[in-house]
Parts: sequence; C-alpha cells; structure tokens
Amino acid sequence: MALYSEKVMDHFQNPRNVGVIENADGIGEVGNARCGDIMKIYLKIDADVITDVKFETFGCGSAIASSSMATEMIKGKPLAEALQLTNKAVAEALDGLPPHKMHCSVLAEEAIKKAVQNYYDNNGIAYDPAEFPNCHDCEHCGM
Amino acid sequence: MNIYVDNAATTRMSDAAVAAMMPYMQSVYGNPSSLHTAGQEAAEALVTAREEMAALLGCEPREIIFTSGGSEADNQAIVSAARIGQRKGKKHIISSAFEHHAVLHTLKKLEKEGFEVTLLEVGSVGTVTAAQVAEAIREDTCLVTIMYANNEIGSVMPIAEIGAVCREKGVLFHTDAVQAAGHLAIDVKAQNIDMLSLSAHKFHGPKGVGALYVRKGILLTNLIEGGAQERGKRAGTENVPAIVGMAAAFKEACGLREQNAAYLTALRDKLIAGLSAIPHSVLNGDPENRLPGNVHFCFEGIEGESLLLLLDAKGICASSGSACTSGSLEPSHVLLAIGRPHEIAHGSLRLSLCPENTEEQVDYMLKAIPEVVAYLRGMSPVWRDMVEGRKEFIIK
Repeated sequence: MALYSEKVMDHFQNPRNVGVIENADGIGEVGNARCGDIMKIYLKIDADVITDVKFETFGCGSAIASSSMATEMIKGKPLAEALQLTNKAVAEALDGLPPHKMHCSVLAEEAIKKAVQNYYDNNGIAYDPAEFPNCHDCEHCGM
Repeated sequence: MNIYVDNAATTRMSDAAVAAMMPYMQSVYGNPSSLHTAGQEAAEALVTAREEMAALLGCEPREIIFTSGGSEADNQAIVSAARIGQRKGKKHIISSAFEHHAVLHTLKKLEKEGFEVTLLEVGSVGTVTAAQVAEAIREDTCLVTIMYANNEIGSVMPIAEIGAVCREKGVLFHTDAVQAAGHLAIDVKAQNIDMLSLSAHKFHGPKGVGALYVRKGILLTNLIEGGAQERGKRAGTENVPAIVGMAAAFKEACGLREQNAAYLTALRDKLIAGLSAIPHSVLNGDPENRLPGNVHFCFEGIEGESLLLLLDAKGICASSGSACTSGSLEPSHVLLAIGRPHEIAHGSLRLSLCPENTEEQVDYMLKAIPEVVAYLRGMSPVWRDMVEGRKEFIIK
C-alpha cells in the first residue's frame, strides 16, 4: 500500500499550473516554513471570473498535489464558485489524503480564499471578513 | 537504476547470515530449553553464537544477553542502571540531546519517576566530549548513556575517552552502538564500556534480534518476565535462527570492517564533495569523526518529503529527518539539537551507504539529486523570496 493515491502522485510529479503570474490581480500566501508548508496562489481575474491561476509551494508531496488540484478546480470559474471550494473537495478529487496530511488540503482552500480577499482589498470591493480564513484559526503548526 | 541508500534504516541480509539461519528453521528447530536432542542441538547453536558475539566485542559469553533488538537492549540497560542507582539513592542520569528515541523516551519515563536527567548539548558539529561528561558527573550520577554514532547525521563520539572518564568516576557507562556495531571498532574492555546495545539488521543480519553486553557484576532488571532464558534476565524462547544469523552477520561485518570502511569512506566523500556544490546546502554532522557510510545534508528552500518521493521515482531509496515522513510536524530532534532552524531542518536528506553500493550509483545520485533539488526550488515560494532578496538565506 503506497503512502499516496495515484492521483496524488500524478499531481505531485506532474503539477499543473506551477509558476508565477506577473501583475496578478490577487495573491494569497498561507502556512510558514517553520511548519514545513508554504503555499502561494496567484490569480488573474476578469469580470469576476478566474481566467488564470498559478501556484508556488514549499512542502511535502501532498501539499504540492493539493495546490495543483485546487488550481485546476478553480481555473475558469467565477469567484463565487472558487470561494465555495472546500478542502474536502480537494482531498476527494485527489482520491483521498492520509489523515495527517489533510492540513495540506486546508492550506489549498485557504490560499485561494486569501488570494480572492487580496483581490477584493486591491480593488476596494467590500466583503465579510468572517468568511475568510485567519491563519491563527488553524492550530496545525502550533504557532 | 535501483539504488538502496537507506542502510542506516535497515540493510539487506548477507548471504552468510541467510545461509547460517536456514538449518535452524526446519532442521534444528528444537526449543533450546528442551532436554531432548533436538532442543540441545539448538542450545548448542546458542552457545556458539554467544561465544562468537562475545569474542568480537571483547567480552565473555556470559556478558551477552540476546534481545529483540536495539530498542529493547537500550531500554533494559538504562532501566537496570537506574534501579541500581535508585537503591543507592543515586537518581541522576547523563545523556545527550540527540540520542535515539529508544534512549530518550526511556529517560523521559524515568524522569516521571523522579530521576533527574542531564542532556548534554551536542554543538553545531554534533558531538559530545569526554570533558563535557566529566563536568556533568555528580555525586548522585548513576549512569552515563551516550550513543557511539548518531543514526541521523553520522557523528562518531569519543566513546573510549568517555568510558575512561566514567570508569575513573565510578559511574556506569552505557552506549547505544546500534549504528556502530559492525562498522566501527568495538572492544568493550579497552573502551571501558559497561553496557552496549546492538541490533543485527544494521549490519546485514536479520530484523527483530539484537544484543546487550553487560559487564559481569552489573545486575540487570527484567523487562520481560516468564522464564529462565538468558540467565533469567530476558524471558521468552530464544529466536535461535535470528541469533545464529546475527552472529554470522557480525562475524562477517567485523572481519571486513576495515576494508569496508575504506571503500565506503571514498564513496561517502565523493558524495559529500558533489552535494556540497549545490548552492545553499550544508553537511550535517562531524565531517571528520563520521560513520563511513553516512551522508547527511540540508538544502535550503525545499522540504524533505517531496525530495524523497522524487528521488524514489528515480530509483533512489533514501531517507530524511523530515517531519512529514514521520507523520509529525516537528522536524528531527537531532537537527534541532545541532542548531538547525526548523525551516532548514525540514529540507534534509540522509544517504546511508553499504558495500553493495557502487561508484556508478554515486555518479547517478550526483546527477539526480541536484536536478531534483533545483526542480523543487523552482516551485518554492520560499526559495523565490530568498533569490529575489526579500528574505535572507539561512545557509550561506
């Protein structure tokens, strides 16, 4: 029994949407190097639709696979839909993650939300802060 | 290419060990405690194995206790010394910050019982000196337990010097020699070692068997009760095939020790030189006093588990001190003990060689590892921040 599903290994070894978007409309970074995972998501947004998305990740195999899958799931989608993306949906799309790796999918969900929040901030668009993650809500690295 | 460089985790059994074990599974399968011929034949095999192990360690056969492995031997040695100390009102134990968990967790348990434990610092190179030990010894010290060689970063400790200090001060000295046995010279008398733990599968013997050397006159405390085996100090029917296999493997490893060490040191140093050329990388552990087959690096800007998985995809079976591989988020206590910050400790790689590895494999690894490191750095936001000057490199 391998540590990861074939889907995780595929997205880890052939990650989709790796890179940087110059002049991105929204950037979200979560995690910290101390706990071993950092995820950064870049969004290009046109008329409330995500026209392009890229990611950079420092982390384990499941963190890279979660970033890759999450970017695929939101590319071309309206912002409202991207904000509905849950970590569970990312993990399910990867045919599951080991229990102690579920926080990687949480990082993917939060990085996307943070990037959207950053887009709202940049453009003076009002939103309810309660709907966006706060790093300190997550206990996983004990910071 | 299929390259196994995780020999500090476990080794492939040698032909000699396998051949030695075979008769004791189906032909000579008696219980050594049985009076009949079948049992006595097995008992004779135990006697021979014990004599061989003792001769190679420089002790008497009756000073060897067969155990289920290194962890059990460590547990029994430490608990026994603690009980001896306790009876004399001595409840202070000295060890180091980067011992194996078989030692550290046993010490934690004793701390809860009221023992006081001093963990010596190991410095940035990762070693313990005899002077540090001498300074830490108190009136109420009942045990010094310092590993012979570190399992992660390969530093070799000055065991004979530490042994001499302990003998002079009249304090029991135990060494966890799991990574050293079969790889480094051992002479328990000359090195003033009172107790020593070893494990067969680290020197091409079978898994699930090890030995504890305990100097005559030191009273052992049982961890397992139930029978008269091992002079009543370790109950349970002896694992005869494994014990015979361990003795055969140990004999072979000790016989070839100097030759193997020379061969491995050359491969090791080529790997160290090659990997040092990767920018912002650092060798961990003592560069001089080092296990012949140990290479251990940290690479800035990447995480160890993804490195291992990509190396595995290229046919390289290696290891890391990475938190992610162990299922915990804390990085290796060994890397933290030598002062590597968490950020760096996450990006570690251990290659542990054996005589079956070749120079061709070393060349392949020296091509594959820099490629994988560069690839992962290419997608790392941490690396980008450092390259673009928003963050300082920790490894210069």
